[in-house]
Amino acid sequence: MSAAPATRTERMIVAAARELAGKRVCFVGVGLPNIAVNLAQRTVAPELELVYESGVYGARPGRLPLSIGDPTIVTGATAVTSMLELFGYYLQGGRVDVGFLGAAQIDRYGNINTTVIGDYAHPRTRLPGSGGACEIAIDAREVFIVMRQSARSFVERIDFRTSPGNLGGGEAAARLRAEQGWTGHGPSVVVTDLGVWRFGTDGEMVLVSLHPGATLDEVRGATGWAPAIAPDLRPTPEPEPEELRLIREELDPAGLYTR
Amino acid sequence: MRDAIAALVRDGDSVAIEGFTHLISFAAGHEIIRQGRRDLTLIRMTPDLIYDQMVAAGTASGLVFSWLGNPGVGSLHAIRRRTEGDAPTLALEEYSHFGMVGRYTAGAMRLPFFPLRSYFETDLPAANPRIRPIRSPYGDELVYAVPPLNPDVTIVHAQRADAAGNTQIWGLLGCQKEAAFAADRVIVVVEELVDEAVIRADPNRTAIPGVIVDAVVVEPFGAHPSYSQGHYDRDSRFYVEWEAISRDPERLDAWLREWVHDLPDRAAYREKLGPETLARLRPTGSAPSGSVDYGRYG
Repeated sequence: MSAAPATRTERMIVAAARELAGKRVCFVGVGLPNIAVNLAQRTVAPELELVYESGVYGARPGRLPLSIGDPTIVTGATAVTSMLELFGYYLQGGRVDVGFLGAAQIDRYGNINTTVIGDYAHPRTRLPGSGGACEIAIDAREVFIVMRQSARSFVERIDFRTSPGNLGGGEAAARLRAEQGWTGHGPSVVVTDLGVWRFGTDGEMVLVSLHPGATLDEVRGATGWAPAIAPDLRPTPEPEPEELRLIREELDPAGLYTR
Repeated sequence: MRDAIAALVRDGDSVAIEGFTHLISFAAGHEIIRQGRRDLTLIRMTPDLIYDQMVAAGTASGLVFSWLGNPGVGSLHAIRRRTEGDAPTLALEEYSHFGMVGRYTAGAMRLPFFPLRSYFETDLPAANPRIRPIRSPYGDELVYAVPPLNPDVTIVHAQRADAAGNTQIWGLLGCQKEAAFAADRVIVVVEELVDEAVIRADPNRTAIPGVIVDAVVVEPFGAHPSYSQGHYDRDSRFYVEWEAISRDPERLDAWLREWVHDLPDRAAYREKLGPETLARLRPTGSAPSGSVDYGRYG
């Protein structure tokens, strides 16, 4: 019996996990990043040190943690620290290679909103807020983002800037980071359920691969600006059967992330 | 617990029930609801289900936090109902995680502020004017400052303490130590009361010394549906169920009646959970730490 074909969410998780090949220290955000990094640790990046803001460095979760403060990230970890040490020494001290974030809204420059939809004082929707995302975006050497894409989430103008990306453009962002002494260089990749985006020197995201089954028309309809498309746009490679098996049988059998 | 809350938590207090996912004192939160405290400023990095319940029960007028959600699941709908739309009725004061940790740390150390390299080029300082840019006194480098946080009361759940309140924690440490040292009054709730000799045999594990503790309460399973490393697992099934309960105000009220108001204490809650739930949340196996030898000197 052959397995069911990959869903779009599974394609997103697999593509996000594969971005971590060769990376060493990854700070794991709430939600989709959590399943992506746990898949990466079981496939392309077995040496990956998972950092959880709850105070764990080098987690070896025995099951997929639903929350980033689950007891399974403690047992067998390299180190458990206070949150003061985790944010102060590990993150702000410049020891994190990749910060892996989700987002409710993103703009073309990779600036992220996870705070409110609408006006701050009288929001239409109150979102969770920063958590550690604001400092991860500033301090991690590079930032990966994984999120579902729609005209509501990929917007011309975000309602609130919780976590800075390439601000208003690449050159100005690079200058400001240097002036203010950030350790981070900002976002490098955004993986969605439609494709994979990377950032050009102008600081704007460019679609570099399209998941099989998704179309450019669909991408344009789910992007709140006229998106830049790479001239050598490729199809995203298919998930391997083992990657799908890990997601479906080991990591998320209840479908909490993938449904 | 009844006596500790009655004596140490007053109307209008700022109250921090800390514990990052781990060791959240739901037992204390429920007792505060039962005793009908009002006008509290609730402080937590991650308000979690306990503050959704306390806000729904009418105990709070303000919330100081850094991440407002049901981790891995969704929203805290009772809090959202009081913060969205034209006339929010819950005052929010929000920071990032490092900002909250810094605030407790400055509070614990009696410093006028905590400097950090967060908030650059974000809208957070405009949303919260207490987050302010400052220049280094040793150059012109710009950093941000957050003010000290000194709760009237900090409540911490822990694995064990002795009768004097010397408290040991393992697993996620969160910011309980900082929050306790920053507070005027401290309540420690533990899974197990142990002899002083147990504490002295492993002093590296002591997070909070008895000298800053005002009350020790023994309340096994008192952190459910959060967890206590080594004792019981996080009840993720309940966190998922909370999404639907919290979304519906009538269902939430019924839940509060059934699980808080109509129960006299935590022992009744534990009994109501029943042996099946308690068994389901037991760790699947043992994972003891290696032991170290501190040595004897003199």
